[in-house]
Amino acid sequence: MSVELDVFVGNTTIMDKEVYQLWLNGYTVNDAVKVRIEGGVMEECEASAEVLLSDTMDQYRTFQMCERLLHHPAKLANQLLFQIPPDRQAMLIERYYAFDDSFVREVLGKKLSKGTKKDLDDVSLKTGITLKSCRRQFDNFKRVFKVVEELKGPLVENIRQHFLLPDQLARDYAAIVFFANNRFETGKKKLLYLTFQDFAFCAGQLINNWTVGAVDNMMEDMDVDLDKEFLQDLKDLKILITDKDLLDQHKSLVCTALRGKTNVFNEMEANFKNLSRGLVNIAAKLINAKDVRDFFIDLVEKFIEPCRSDKWTSIDVNLYLTHYTNSAHILDTFKYYAVWTRYMGVIKSCILRMYHD
Amino acid sequence: MPGKLKAKIVAGRHLPVMDRASDLTDAFVEVKFGNTTFKTDVYPKSLNPQWNSEWFKFEVDDEDLQDEPLQITVLDHDTYSANDAIGKVYIDIDPLLCSEAATVISGWLPIYDTIHGIRGEINVLVKVDLFNDLNRFRQSSCGVKFFCTTSIPRCYRAIMVHGFVEELVVNEDPEYQWIDRIRTPRASNEARQRLIFLMSGELQRKIGLKVLEMGGNAVVGYLQCFDLEGESGLVVRAIGTACTLEKISTFPATATYPSNSSPSKDMKEPGFGEETPGVPLSSGPPTPLRAQTFSSFSPSKSYSRQSSSSDTELSLTPKTGMGSGGSAGKEAGPLKALLRQQTQSALEQREYPFFTLTAFPPGFLLHVGGVVSARSVKLLDRIHNPDEPETRDAWWEEIRQEIKSHAKALGCHAVVGYSESTSICEEVCILSASGTAAILSSRFMQDGPLDAEHRFEEVVSPGCGFCHIPYDELNIPFPAQLTYCYCCRHYKVPDVLFTTIDLPTEANVTGKGCLIQARLCRTKKKAQGEGNATAISNLLPFLEYELHTQLMNKLKLRGMNALFGLRIQISVGETMLLGLASATGVYLTALPSPGGIQITGKTPSDITYEQHISNMQKKINDTITKNKELYEINPPEVVEEIIGSPIPEPCQRSRLFRSHSESSDEVSELDLSHGKKDAFVLEIDDTDAVEDIHALLTDFSIPAGFYSCNTEIMPGIQNWTSAIQMFTSVRVFRLNNANLTNQGLNKIFSDLCENLLKSLYFKLRSMVPCCLCHLNFTVAIPEDELIQVAVTAVAMSFDKEQSLENGKQSGEKTLIKAITDEQLQFNLELNAETSSSNPLSSPKGITMEKASPLPEGRSRSLRSNRSYSGSSVAVVKMTPLSFIPGAKIIRYLGIINMFFIRETTSLREEGGVSGFLHTFIAEVFAMVRAHVAALGGNAVVSYSMKECVFMENPNKNQAQCLINVSGDAVIFVRESELELTSVQPQSATTQTSNCGEGT
Repeated sequence: MSVELDVFVGNTTIMDKEVYQLWLNGYTVNDAVKVRIEGGVMEECEASAEVLLSDTMDQYRTFQMCERLLHHPAKLANQLLFQIPPDRQAMLIERYYAFDDSFVREVLGKKLSKGTKKDLDDVSLKTGITLKSCRRQFDNFKRVFKVVEELKGPLVENIRQHFLLPDQLARDYAAIVFFANNRFETGKKKLLYLTFQDFAFCAGQLINNWTVGAVDNMMEDMDVDLDKEFLQDLKDLKILITDKDLLDQHKSLVCTALRGKTNVFNEMEANFKNLSRGLVNIAAKLINAKDVRDFFIDLVEKFIEPCRSDKWTSIDVNLYLTHYTNSAHILDTFKYYAVWTRYMGVIKSCILRMYHD
Repeated sequence: MPGKLKAKIVAGRHLPVMDRASDLTDAFVEVKFGNTTFKTDVYPKSLNPQWNSEWFKFEVDDEDLQDEPLQITVLDHDTYSANDAIGKVYIDIDPLLCSEAATVISGWLPIYDTIHGIRGEINVLVKVDLFNDLNRFRQSSCGVKFFCTTSIPRCYRAIMVHGFVEELVVNEDPEYQWIDRIRTPRASNEARQRLIFLMSGELQRKIGLKVLEMGGNAVVGYLQCFDLEGESGLVVRAIGTACTLEKISTFPATATYPSNSSPSKDMKEPGFGEETPGVPLSSGPPTPLRAQTFSSFSPSKSYSRQSSSSDTELSLTPKTGMGSGGSAGKEAGPLKALLRQQTQSALEQREYPFFTLTAFPPGFLLHVGGVVSARSVKLLDRIHNPDEPETRDAWWEEIRQEIKSHAKALGCHAVVGYSESTSICEEVCILSASGTAAILSSRFMQDGPLDAEHRFEEVVSPGCGFCHIPYDELNIPFPAQLTYCYCCRHYKVPDVLFTTIDLPTEANVTGKGCLIQARLCRTKKKAQGEGNATAISNLLPFLEYELHTQLMNKLKLRGMNALFGLRIQISVGETMLLGLASATGVYLTALPSPGGIQITGKTPSDITYEQHISNMQKKINDTITKNKELYEINPPEVVEEIIGSPIPEPCQRSRLFRSHSESSDEVSELDLSHGKKDAFVLEIDDTDAVEDIHALLTDFSIPAGFYSCNTEIMPGIQNWTSAIQMFTSVRVFRLNNANLTNQGLNKIFSDLCENLLKSLYFKLRSMVPCCLCHLNFTVAIPEDELIQVAVTAVAMSFDKEQSLENGKQSGEKTLIKAITDEQLQFNLELNAETSSSNPLSSPKGITMEKASPLPEGRSRSLRSNRSYSGSSVAVVKMTPLSFIPGAKIIRYLGIINMFFIRETTSLREEGGVSGFLHTFIAEVFAMVRAHVAALGGNAVVSYSMKECVFMENPNKNQAQCLINVSGDAVIFVRESELELTSVQPQSATTQTSNCGEGT
């Protein structure tokens, strides 16, 4: 004796937020029922486990039917199959595209390819997120990537329009797409202390300042690629370290400005040339795609680690970078102000964001 | 050539990929009406084609306009092979043929395929230019309005209620034709869908003709059903109530009544059918009868019975003068008797004085006798000549005659809340009809309502009048206990009342009501042909008797004394019979308080046994007390002296009149009353009885905050919020163990229904406090060992606090509440309203889209996508009720009657049987909503799913399902919105902007 068929269809599609979350988290129907029972919904509504199972199965089916629409959120608004109030639609989309920070840290900067997808079971084991959920998140990244890859115009805006995501989520996706496109290395041991939000912040900086879209709002090119011309120009900055006079002059200007203002003055003075070489070398190498990938690791190795071992506080770092940037403008023979400002602005905010334990 | 149908194919969207190579589709459209077909150009390589075709014009007879649907087929062009069909859209153009309904069909309609379901949408525009045809011998009945609603539609006034109309058409079922061996199931299902659309159109036209002949202009309570008789054919039949309706002008104050200034009429008439449900109508005090009015009363003209194609002339000579049981009680006086005679003779001249209405204009329903029902078991044979479906007609006539005679036996001249149904298993068919015997006022039934200036009115107090017995006290057709009415104390009332109608709005009710169900399962031996039919007809009376006993016991257990909306469904399978009786129990103030239930044992000597009995008795008493509290039943104490006679002990008796006839003509009348035995005494003489009582007591109690009923409204609840949720739930249960006792089966079946209800309560818990209204259960035995239960109902939230405070300081509060409600709901509502007020808005969106010359494909620009999300889908509400709480229906756009078949050969891949049916039901809802929106409507009222036939073959990974739904498409406006816009138009605009953000 068994229930062979059991369906419930409402004119307005009924969706329980809690069950939706369980579904998104990749729980099986039975696990979801267990969680719900523990949540105490049964006592609340005088229901039995049987009722709960039926409801959960029904909701899961609804979500599965909705899933293909969620792949193209714009379709959700003008499809006819489900009558879902707009606020519910927004909730469905937002939650479907939400992701776990621990998951995204694992795939950030990786190529969104089949190979990466195959490795998801490892990611699942490592993060404790169900494989099903990992796959959903990965497919979301890939889907967003595919769509915006070939679109012109501002990246964040494109994502928001196409996937109807709230602003913050759209920005996060922009970061993920940007990282995947440029294949930034984020998985090295030295970078593990950084959170996704750190990277997302840096991505925002890069997108807003170093892409073509950043200077040229005519949507000529896409936001996902760095401005090649700018990268070319960055080579010119090398003069700051190759020209001995310029380097000394720069150092003395910074030291003068900082004397007495910081506790790590001596270390700073001793390390100036090293640090400056590090930052300028990063700039000069960015024209090579391979070095772009190492951008963050370079920042950590060439700047953050030396400072940290000298026990600089982030106030010190801020002070140093401010004066380091500004002093260059006073240098007699240095004339790449625009490029320098554009470069250092991003470097400064990235380093400041990344300068923590 | 009285009509020109024009159709324009605008665009398509979300089309499926038909060409795997390019991931695109080369779509074009065929538009077919009758034998004429037009084609659009092929729109190459797009999933969102913009055909923007010319107007295709069909010049056709209006007869065809009524019969035929407009068929739109979307195809994928293929240069080398045959074009692939993507899917079809059938458009019923009937709503366009009526001046008061829709004027244009315009919008996105789902493209449907029987295998793939919905495959994208198509935007079409359809119009009809109709020329007036004055030909008296015409075959068309354009302009007759059809309503599924079983009461006078909200924005109309009944001038006259003509009476019963019926018709049936038969055809061969394409699925069983020989060609089936050649063509695919898909093709034969396509053919089936098309045929049923055609047959429904024809049926509707024929019914319309009858209505015109009777002098009416509308059919109310239109009920159309299909009998899939398998090899013997396909029967489409319909019944309804012919009326003459008049639209109520939007300003009720200035409403005028042509050539009628009779004060008695004016007093009651303005705007009935308009009153809000649940609010007792405050009619004037009863006026004394005036003799002079009687004298001027002209006998009603004899109504000439219409002979129709389907009626075999049955020589029914109406009994003249005093009909049997027509004699009035002593208290009524000669005047009343005479009046009754008048009405009666008017009614008797009709073939069938039946009314499919379940709610009535005030003053129409005078007395209610009780439920009358008739069933007959028939053996299906092949219908040889579809043009003369005599046998089927004769079968129904037989049953209707029976119903009529039952009504007469109850002293009633009419049957209201009348309905017919069938259950078919292989070659055996059970035909059932039931209704409520009643006495009606002559007011809406005169042939010339306006020439009789003073009409005789039988005045009864509205709150209890309908309860007063219509039959002769001294000549009761069954043993009954009568008492004087507890309201007016003038007339006699029965102790229990069973009816198939809705609770009259003006009825005096104590407390709240609740859904009461009796469920029964009976095994039967497998048999063939005649023997099978005999076995079934032998079982039927016992089934009905037990159902009745269960209902009565459950009613008493809840401390109530009347049932409304009683619907008994008997379903036949190969090895069992299922019976499900659903009704809404209430406590009518006019009727005596029901006695408790007393149980007695057979062997009083045994002490433990007696202990057991007394325990059980205590439990029963506790349950009754608890239920009385739950449903707030505290009738005022009655001082016995006033009545003059002691209140007799209530006793059970059958108020159900029924009989069964086999395929032969013999009619076996059954008196199901207990005779002398007092009904409330339950004798425990065997284990079965013990279990019965256990089952009675273990009925699951409704969770707090929920109420349920199967009628339109729930007594005691008035302050509905605008939150409504219509739903359909289907369950199929497999009985793996073939050797089950009746008792075991009963339990399984009962649990199945209870669990289904439990699930519903759980699903809808967020709407508490809430009432499940119009809970409509249908049971079926799709296969041996399978039980299918389908429920359609609407959950409606209400405001609890207010019901407690009851109005005193509610003035401000209501307003605030209404506004907040509005805001919560607004995103939903406004969309609907804006789109309905501007039906052309969507095509506009398309032209805009078309203006962008960018080609489709991967490099699609952002803009073209953005314009998509801008045009969001209009919200369409659906409800099985005839009204929408807190809203005013301003226009009826026409009847929605749709039939779909869905099949699959990849059942597992589609999520098994549940996944398959879930998708299909969702698709049906979507198609109903889309068609309503295309008519310019924002809601379907009186929605019902009349058929849901599910068949599966898991071994072959196949399944098939047929669904038939109907309802009335309407435009409604929120009451609060009406006020808001008139009082402060500003707030409306702010809400509009809110909505803009939301979408």
